[in-house]
Amino acid sequence: MSQRPRLAVWKFASCDGCQLSLLDCEDELLTLAGAIEIANFPEASSAVADGPYDLSLVEGSITTPHDAERILEVRAQSKYLVTIGACATSGGIQALRNFADVKDFVAAVYASPEYIDTLDTSTPISGHVAVDYELHGCPINKAQLLEVISAFLAGRKPAVPAHSVCIECKQRGNVCVMVQGKPCLGPVTHAGCGAICPAYRRGCYGCFGPMETPNMAALSREWRALGAQPRDIKRALRTFNTWSEPFRRESEAHAD
Amino acid sequence: MPTKTIKVDYLARVEGEGALDLHIEGGEVTAANLRIFEPPRFFEAFLQGRGYTELPDIVARICGICPVAYQMSAVQAAEDAFGVTVDGQLRALRRMLYCGEWIESHGLHVVMLHAPDFLGYPDAIRMAEKHGDAVRKGLALKKAGNSLMALLGGREIHPVNLRPGGFYRVPSKKELAPISDDLKRARDLAVELVHWVASFPFPDFEQDYEFVALRHPDEYPITGGRIVSSCDIDIAIAEFENEFEERHVPHSTALHAMVKRRGAYLVGPLARYALNYDRLPQSIRSLASESGLGPVCTNPFRSIVVRALEIAFACEEALRLIANYEQPDQPAIALEPREGTGFGCTEAPRGICWHRYDFEADGTIRTARIVPPTSQNQPRIEQDLAAVAAPLAAETDEIIRNRCEQSIRNYDPCISCSAHFLDLSVHRS
Repeated sequence: MSQRPRLAVWKFASCDGCQLSLLDCEDELLTLAGAIEIANFPEASSAVADGPYDLSLVEGSITTPHDAERILEVRAQSKYLVTIGACATSGGIQALRNFADVKDFVAAVYASPEYIDTLDTSTPISGHVAVDYELHGCPINKAQLLEVISAFLAGRKPAVPAHSVCIECKQRGNVCVMVQGKPCLGPVTHAGCGAICPAYRRGCYGCFGPMETPNMAALSREWRALGAQPRDIKRALRTFNTWSEPFRRESEAHAD
Repeated sequence: MPTKTIKVDYLARVEGEGALDLHIEGGEVTAANLRIFEPPRFFEAFLQGRGYTELPDIVARICGICPVAYQMSAVQAAEDAFGVTVDGQLRALRRMLYCGEWIESHGLHVVMLHAPDFLGYPDAIRMAEKHGDAVRKGLALKKAGNSLMALLGGREIHPVNLRPGGFYRVPSKKELAPISDDLKRARDLAVELVHWVASFPFPDFEQDYEFVALRHPDEYPITGGRIVSSCDIDIAIAEFENEFEERHVPHSTALHAMVKRRGAYLVGPLARYALNYDRLPQSIRSLASESGLGPVCTNPFRSIVVRALEIAFACEEALRLIANYEQPDQPAIALEPREGTGFGCTEAPRGICWHRYDFEADGTIRTARIVPPTSQNQPRIEQDLAAVAAPLAAETDEIIRNRCEQSIRNYDPCISCSAHFLDLSVHRS
């Protein structure tokens, strides 16, 4: 039993949804626990074993001086480090502070700002340490999480497609919502959710972040042709993956 | 007697990051501070300037365990500000979706996070070595809640289907049929779960709580009602700020909520149950009685039984709503934004989740205020901790620490509400 690889799950600034995805694997969880030793997963267990760990799953972004130190420690104890979700991979919705003055944000929420110790920015894990694999999504797809863990156990590369949500719409048999006049971020968004929003008759809102080499300018032209205002485009790009380079740059091209 | 400090530096089996400091002087507990160091994410700040249609997608990200609670309070606030009421089958669908979240969130807490405390295991996976059947059934129950959320919301974590005015897409009656079979099985599993958790050993620990929950004329409260308390509060949702206030304390990134006139209060399953026992169907009241519960439960360790009862209720309620469901003509009612203030309050699994938004004429958010359940319970958790630790002051740190951690988990605290959680330190001198 002691030969099983050792797993750790870490949390930084986040909603807990991505690590919950692991507990949401109701049918696979006990089997998984037989194949891998869950050595450090505080949300699920009060038995926390010391490192080093073979596989670390990291949720959340870096937003405090303490967390900026803690991630270095996590990296030092981890052979293979995977970020799970939009916060860890691109900074999350809390990266909206990167466009503003964080002092104004603190003052808007807290009566005594001097009690709050926070950084000016929310940044992805890759901005602080080397990351071995990034899993996209807000939240991640649990089937993809199982694929990443299975691939790790088998010593192979995860089979996670890098195309856009458009391909998933075709696979699911969705009628294109853009053709029906609804602005959609699907053409520039990384696959992985299974094209849920178009299946529910709304445009994709980009929660899996940008695909590889998205054509952002062409998408904005399509949105304008459908009647979207510059403010609508800017808002749509400034959500859960706002600090990813393609979304950030394109959002800056549109007025409030 | 010496003065000492007991610390728990990172609380396990809670959602989010927190710690606890306990100060013991001359055999007396002089302070119990729940330190929440969850990094703040400033939702109320970055909601300023966003559109009302974006609200449910953004506030969902406050919590991955109870996203529907945040979404539902937010869409209600927008509807309140713009003068529309969502009722009929659209309202029934919302209640159905919320039942899914109660089943999933309570199922996670009861089986995976809380039950191991009573049986002496560090987690559900190790508990499964001796109690495999109970853990597998608990997982199946949780899965039924998730399936209901995925069907109505698109996915279980951060559902995409809710919007101000209704939904993007509503299911046909036929689509709901298969989930009905899942929920019938889940209902039976929930009854077994109630009996299993009711057999756990509970310490004698009764507390005098001011319970606060929603109360509705004819429903066990989930999506609406008035805010009532076991003392004298009976107010409309819009009047919350007259009776309650939030204080910022140095040891927590969660604000502490208080009844202005009195202090700490309790929200969540114990409060909902005590204030709305008469709104539960006879089947659930009988189940309560079989499991040794009267109409009021003031032992927080028994909250696990009340949560299991609420799972059984949520399964029955969802089945009732599905049986009466007729597909609405439109997935949403028309909505015209206007300048004004709106309020929303719903029963998250952990207690009332209150929202207020001021909107500009085009529906842009001017200001936002969100009061999550755990920040409301935090002062009351600290009082429980002091009371739990007091008779144990002469015991070893290990004994005190274990009992305190268990007391905190009685509340199913969810600290990831950005706003808002735990690590135990015992300081003795």
